[in-house]
Amino acid sequence: MLALLAQTQVQIPEIVWSVLWPIVLLSIGGVLLITATSISPRLRVGSFPAAMTIVLAGASLVTLPLIWSKVRDGGGQLPVIADAIRIDAFTLLVTGIMCASLIVVSLLLDDYLRTEGLDGPEWYVLLLMSATGGILMAAANDLIVTFLGLEILSIAVYVLAALHLRRTKSQEAGFKYFILGALSSAIFLYGIAMIYGATGSLRLTDIAQFIASGNSAGLSPLTESSLLLAGMAMLLIGFGFKISAAPFHLWTPDVYEGAPTPVVAFMASAVKAAGMAGLLRVFIVAFGVVAEDWRPVVGAMAILSVVIGAASALGQDNVKRMLAYSSIVHAGFMLVGLYAAASGAAQTGTRSVVFYLFAYAVMSLGTFAAFTLIGGRGDQNHSLSAYVGLSRSNPMVASLLAVLLLAQAGMPFTIGFWAKARVIIAAANGENYVVAAVAMVAAVVAAFVYLRLIVTMFMISEPDEAGEAEASGAQLRISRSGLFALGIAAAATMIWGLFPGFGGDWFGEATRALLELR
Amino acid sequence: MLLNQFLGLAAILFCIGVYGVLTRRNGVMVLMSIELILNAVNINLVAFGAYQGDVGGQVFALFVIAVAAAEVGVGLAIVLLIYRNRRSIDVSEADLLQG
Repeated sequence: MLALLAQTQVQIPEIVWSVLWPIVLLSIGGVLLITATSISPRLRVGSFPAAMTIVLAGASLVTLPLIWSKVRDGGGQLPVIADAIRIDAFTLLVTGIMCASLIVVSLLLDDYLRTEGLDGPEWYVLLLMSATGGILMAAANDLIVTFLGLEILSIAVYVLAALHLRRTKSQEAGFKYFILGALSSAIFLYGIAMIYGATGSLRLTDIAQFIASGNSAGLSPLTESSLLLAGMAMLLIGFGFKISAAPFHLWTPDVYEGAPTPVVAFMASAVKAAGMAGLLRVFIVAFGVVAEDWRPVVGAMAILSVVIGAASALGQDNVKRMLAYSSIVHAGFMLVGLYAAASGAAQTGTRSVVFYLFAYAVMSLGTFAAFTLIGGRGDQNHSLSAYVGLSRSNPMVASLLAVLLLAQAGMPFTIGFWAKARVIIAAANGENYVVAAVAMVAAVVAAFVYLRLIVTMFMISEPDEAGEAEASGAQLRISRSGLFALGIAAAATMIWGLFPGFGGDWFGEATRALLELR
Repeated sequence: MLLNQFLGLAAILFCIGVYGVLTRRNGVMVLMSIELILNAVNINLVAFGAYQGDVGGQVFALFVIAVAAAEVGVGLAIVLLIYRNRRSIDVSEADLLQG
């Protein structure tokens, strides 16, 4: 009997572990981190959790070139785990964004937790888990994996938003984020069920093939497109919430204001990048064939986002709320790129969104890093008046923040300029002149918001006010790790601003990977 | 049974759930309403899976059950945290963040 069992083969899907290193490192590393710090309480204090997170994220970054050489040898696409996950250039690019964001946020969080008197490796563990979810979402070739990635990403961030135990605002932000997030993922899930009913498959590539082969072939009487349309609409709601695109943006300013600022840096960079990556994967790979159907909705969301975001940012006095509205404008810009991709300019459109993802992650990380430093003890120095005279009390922080804000405004020679320019060029290529024009006008209005903040920093104020500003500025303790994080982001903004092709053509490769899958 | 009976039941549950999330002021009731929506999805998934003769839908339903448990766990923890600080789980009283 035993001999028989020893000879029997069991068929399991082939798993190429060597290309899953980032996912393995981040998730297992997170589990090890919480285990180690539970066993040995001495590890809880000090910088060990932050250092370990940075090492894990750095190690994942190092594996990316190795994985890429494997992927390139495999023809640009590596189906892993029975094709539920695709490792390709797009996945690797999003993995890179996640790891970079982990490193910067850990640098910020280390000092933030010490200043606030909060302890715990839980923050870092949740960050690691959330980043794993984001990578899964970008890699998914199966709606189950997309959903799991979305939930792993989100649940960790709900907790992170509420994790400042003494700040009631933080808990309120976490609660609001949780309720609306759970509602949107439930709607998202309903959409998946609809699509499953319409196409009989959860695999993105199979869905694409099914739709392409034509509903007329009589494969299923349920393929009346109404089921598919309802499903796509619900998926758009779910993704729209994650990337905070109007009209699903109402949570953004509240949550950005209430959540701890380093966590906001993570939400603006990693969560938004992952949401957008999932949106690109699902809508370009699975529904690229029926782009005509979802194109108008994406266009409307894009216009609403840029207009509402820019208009609402004008009246804000809290910089975190201001940047929350500006993040809605940026989400709108990404959707303009997607709209262009759906209306003929597939190559330039998709490429512009992929580049915008990266650019916005860099800019928002830097901006919120600066806000963390200026926010100071208690995380509450976020009104515009706290920025008066900052250029004199803290010239270094003020000038780096100015660079990042100019980049967000789309100033030439910064990364933000290329991001915006590429989206607009793509929209013009797709002959979406109206959308392009609206986006341009909104960008100008939003630029005013950033300039207002810059002017406030460099403003020479009234004598008595200046004295007050100097006094508050003098108390500002700038941590070295935080300044380093801010410096990295500002440097990246300038490097890719001056040489947009720096480091090879990742963005082109990622675009090719997405479009080839169709 | 007809497929549309399952879909109809799921749609009704979904609507009740969304209505509950939008109108209920008690935090725990909001969580229960979200659970209703997730169960509506499960009915859909299982019904479609049985109709298509594909096991994928049922597998997905199991995943949804697991994720829903995790989600409600986190949700209750946040509700508890808020209750400790304010002695109330009324959603409409969470109004510190505005503007």
